[in-house]
Amino acid sequence: MEFNEPGKGQQILADTDGNVITQASTSRQRSTVWDFKARGEPFVWSLGAALAIGVLMIVGFVALILYNGILTFYPRPIEVVELRGGDRIAGDLIRSETFLPGTDNVADPDSSAKTIIDNKGLSKRSLLRTGNFDLYNDDFKWVFDDEIVSKHFPKDILFIERLEWGPFIGSAKSMDLNGQIIEGANLSTDGLEKAQDEARSRRLRIYEIERTEIASINHYLEKARLALRKVELRHGLESPEYKAELEKYKAETETLNAQYQELASEAAAIKQMDSRFTVNLEDVNGKPKTLPISQITRLFTPNNLSFTERAWVYLSRWYEFLTQEPREANTEGGVMPAIFGTFCMTVLMALGVAPFGVVAALYLKEYAKQGKLVSLIRICVNNLAGVPSIVYGVFGLGFFAYVLGGSIDQLFYPERLPTPTFGSGGLLWASLTLALLTVPVVIVATEEALAAVPQSMREGSLACGASKWQTIKWIVLPRALPGIMTGLILAMARGAEEVAPLMLVGVVKLAPELPIDSFFPFVHFERSFMHLGFHIFDLGFQSRNSEAAIPMVYVTTLLLITLVFAMNIASIIIRNRLKRKFFTGHF
Amino acid sequence: MSSSVDDQNSTVYHIERGSQGTLMKISDFNLWYGKSQALFSVNMEIERGLVTALIGPSGCGKSTLLRSINRMNDLIDGLTIKGKMTIDDQDIYSSVVDVIALRKVMGMVFQKPNPFPMSIADNVTYPLKVDGVRDRRILNETVEKALKGAALWEEVKDRLKENALGLSGGQQQRLCIARAIAGDPEVLLMDEPCSALDPVATAKIEDLIDALRGKYSIVIVTHNMQQAARVSDNTAFMYLGKLIEYGETSIIFTNPKVDKTMEYVTGRFG
Ligand SMILES: Nc1ncnc2c1ncn2[C@@H]1O[C@H](COP(=O)(O)OP(=O)(O)OP(=O)(O)O)[C@@H](O)[C@H]1O
Ligand SMILES: [Mg+2]
Repeated sequence: MEFNEPGKGQQILADTDGNVITQASTSRQRSTVWDFKARGEPFVWSLGAALAIGVLMIVGFVALILYNGILTFYPRPIEVVELRGGDRIAGDLIRSETFLPGTDNVADPDSSAKTIIDNKGLSKRSLLRTGNFDLYNDDFKWVFDDEIVSKHFPKDILFIERLEWGPFIGSAKSMDLNGQIIEGANLSTDGLEKAQDEARSRRLRIYEIERTEIASINHYLEKARLALRKVELRHGLESPEYKAELEKYKAETETLNAQYQELASEAAAIKQMDSRFTVNLEDVNGKPKTLPISQITRLFTPNNLSFTERAWVYLSRWYEFLTQEPREANTEGGVMPAIFGTFCMTVLMALGVAPFGVVAALYLKEYAKQGKLVSLIRICVNNLAGVPSIVYGVFGLGFFAYVLGGSIDQLFYPERLPTPTFGSGGLLWASLTLALLTVPVVIVATEEALAAVPQSMREGSLACGASKWQTIKWIVLPRALPGIMTGLILAMARGAEEVAPLMLVGVVKLAPELPIDSFFPFVHFERSFMHLGFHIFDLGFQSRNSEAAIPMVYVTTLLLITLVFAMNIASIIIRNRLKRKFFTGHF
Repeated sequence: MSSSVDDQNSTVYHIERGSQGTLMKISDFNLWYGKSQALFSVNMEIERGLVTALIGPSGCGKSTLLRSINRMNDLIDGLTIKGKMTIDDQDIYSSVVDVIALRKVMGMVFQKPNPFPMSIADNVTYPLKVDGVRDRRILNETVEKALKGAALWEEVKDRLKENALGLSGGQQQRLCIARAIAGDPEVLLMDEPCSALDPVATAKIEDLIDALRGKYSIVIVTHNMQQAARVSDNTAFMYLGKLIEYGETSIIFTNPKVDKTMEYVTGRFG
């Protein structure tokens, strides 16, 4: 190639044969200036900004939950305010806000007017948790700042948490220990706590009698009744077998009833005893209240706590929350049954969804002939993920509980009818419903993981004379396992926090029994159960006292997030172990 | 030097006959990927116990031919073949042949080392695992024998339980050779076994091929002329899906009978 007449508007090029090629010169200017657009910098920035917004939202949400959740159980000081009318209010401060007062919420218009005018028509009010629901019929009160005469934090004011009616705030006047009266002067929190310890052991005994011993008698009574009913169903009412069984039943129930009477009278005696140990309390306005000591779950002087005492109150509240059963329409006590139910359900769901999803994906990816039909199935599977979850709940109730469960009841538990066993919502059906809900996630993830197994590995295996099944079993599946685990983690995270379908297939507000107990067969898949997600819904929207429920909502949310997080971390650790096994090495 | 490719469709042969006779006969073998034909009427005999090299420019069908021998191409959709291929007078593509049994007669080594993500020992015994061999003693013997056969034993004998993916590229490729010979095959098919390796590792593999000569019939695809010249007894030159010249390696590289071969081995195209 040679150049002819360079530098003109046209360049004339000649190829090896001498043919002249004419080429229009576009005379493009090359710029050495930093080209903003070409580098894509603005796009990088906007991508970064989008990410930042997303991260900020998540961090903000988690921080909100953490802040509120962690602080809920911290013992706050109790303030006693004196109002203009002479009333006193004691309670801990929940929040304060500025508001525009109307005539109805200003107690004394004349004297308040000046301060309100000074504040440009605005006024401040604070919400106090006052407790003492049994005395005043509400346990939260708004206090208007301009009504307050004085405010102080008495060191000896008591905060008493009890089994019923929420907390009591006030002071102790005297204690009646089975006739032995201890007057206020000699009364200390230590003395109260000592009496409380004794009362606690009595309470535990009552609990044991009612929840364990009487429950087991009821269990055997029911078992005897079912045995009788079974014979009746098989042989008829007139048969000699039934008559023999009836004799047995009568004898059995008689002994059981006798035992029951014995236990019931023991419980009654203890309760009788209990009522003789009381404490006479008085709130800040001097209203008296006599409280059986056994009703007290925790008591302390919130304005006079050392650091260790404060930590002790905080930790013991967490302990109660994590290990106890709920009380007072779920707004107090613990959430142990809900933790347990959530955990059981998630594990069962994972056990259900994993084989199902993996098998389906294996067939779709490895065996089915790739064509229109398979594409159609794939599209359907992907769309399943978009079906509203409540629809799954309806399906679970209709198919699993009524059809499947109904048939199981008729086949295996005819003697229990008309009370359903498997024929209503329960742990098993809820898990299966959620498994169904999350199976698309697992299928998609598994298919992707299978596709990511290098063809060279499969070929290597096949070249060794392995069959397709052997190749899948020994090479493809192990190698795809981390990817499958990822799908499973996503499915678990989705499943554990799903609430809507569960309300239809077995989650209840308050489950009488845990799904695992000491009666054969120990694991009761048919039982309804409690779930943290539903618990949150129930607290937040169904409880009598929404103000009291707010902190519990935060704590429960924190707990649910932590639980899901912990389960995810566990699976991620397992997955990383697998990954390290399959993806190390270098070339 | 009288013939040119275009006007003549037949291959020029001058192969060296081995002392153990002929192992495979490929006659009039054609292959199509969908509509496009990749192999045109290949006729070829592979001698038992010798090393046969397949050379030719990229895309000429070497891998295709090699993979037809152990029917690895069966995995590909829309593949059609015509013609015959026999091993020990048994038709490879007959409908009664069990592909799995056939593949057990042939070990294959791929271009990129592809050890399985398991221990070194498990990699080597994989063909036995496939056969259902569970006897520890046999497995251990095989590991040692195959690794010695692949000249890897000294380097890995203390870390047999370690993950094979931790080996270097050259070691991995020798491990794959060990795996290929562990099943005690008759034929070794190697598709550019050294292309991912450095010269030292390549030399080791070439020595290994030399040592395996006589025990196995080896078919090796290579882009490296010197390598083909060094290790093989017969060389087949392919071009555009056709077998152009097939014969003694020394003749192919010094005095080929076809112009095209000459051009290729002297590096004028390819
Ligand atoms: N799976 C396939 N589907 C369709 N065409 C294919 C497939 N594999 C190979 N081919 C085509 O067949 C022809 C021969 O390919 P082949 O891989 O046998 O070449 P090769 O000689 O091994 O080349 P290289 O030296 O680059 O490996 C090429 O044109 C290629 O594009
Ligand atoms: Mg190739």
